[in-house]
Amino acid sequence: MIFKSKANKAMDKMEDPRETLDYSYSKQLELLQKVRRGVADVATSRKRLELQLARLQQESDKLRNQAQQALGMGREDLAREALTRRSGLEQQIADLTAQHAALQAEEEKLTLAAQRLQARVEAFRTKKETIKATYTAAEAQTRVSEAVTGISEELGDVGMAVQRAEDKTAELQARAGAVDELLASGALEDVTGTAKDDITLELERLASTSDVELELAKMKAQIGAGPAAAGALEGGAAAAAAAPSAPAAIEPAEVVQAAPGAADPAAAEAAKPEGGQS
Amino acid sequence: MIVRILGEGQYRIAPEKLPDLNEIDREVEQAIAARDEAAFRDALGRLLAEVHEGGTPLADDVFVESDLVLPGPDAGLDDVAAMLDDEGLLPG
Repeated sequence: MIFKSKANKAMDKMEDPRETLDYSYSKQLELLQKVRRGVADVATSRKRLELQLARLQQESDKLRNQAQQALGMGREDLAREALTRRSGLEQQIADLTAQHAALQAEEEKLTLAAQRLQARVEAFRTKKETIKATYTAAEAQTRVSEAVTGISEELGDVGMAVQRAEDKTAELQARAGAVDELLASGALEDVTGTAKDDITLELERLASTSDVELELAKMKAQIGAGPAAAGALEGGAAAAAAAPSAPAAIEPAEVVQAAPGAADPAAAEAAKPEGGQS
Repeated sequence: MIVRILGEGQYRIAPEKLPDLNEIDREVEQAIAARDEAAFRDALGRLLAEVHEGGTPLADDVFVESDLVLPGPDAGLDDVAAMLDDEGLLPG
């Protein structure tokens, strides 16, 4: 199970081994940049995930409130619908929370890798200058290949850590994109409150219906007490308008109903002679 | 003897420790062959603990190649199995 590391043979080609040191050092700086970018990328992904989680949580809380409101209005069906949607969201939240923890662990590891590499690269730079100052090109060979091999193993290790973090981040970004789409699709209401979902609309309709009922009940009470007693101009006018309009509404209906009734005997009479002939 | 733990760095360890390491390493290999996650995690944990306890971390300015390279503590069974298949673990 114990692995043997692969030495980097690519650098042996250089004529002056001291050039190899500079080449290796430039590679180290490149990798250090890459690791730092990696840390920043992971942090960005993590923050995006945190924003999404907050939005999903808000949405979930809202659905729970809606369920309570609906239940208070005696609409168990609506409450059930809200809770069903909420359980779907809760599943998403649980998944994303687990991913968030994994990403955070990755970020910590990469941060440590960056610190370790930074210390190693700095030490290498000192070593490189010492070797260049102390040895001739011919003498430097062994020292150089030792140092370069030693650090390239480190680079390989850190390189793998960056790769792993990049893979995980890419995977998560695809996933985060899907959640963004879900949040935008209207399956979840935009938390800015510009769009209204169907449960909100239904609750508002219920609320306004009960407002109308309340207003009607008030008006009826006022009419019952008599227009004079109510005293309010508005109430009096409403009662006056309502009183004549009610019988008027019935009359046309009777007329319409009477019309087909009147036509029927005529049709029957018209049919009679025919029946008599046959 | 120099041992690298991936993601951690290098340790210098007395050669006398090698038989112990080899013994635990055999258990890790068996666990991988058996796809036994629990046994794998346990054996890998003991293997790394052995290095941590018996070894001394190398200073930053010591640049030497490792004699052994071990996976890190959170390496997955599949990852390690893939590394074994690949034989050349560290890219050059």
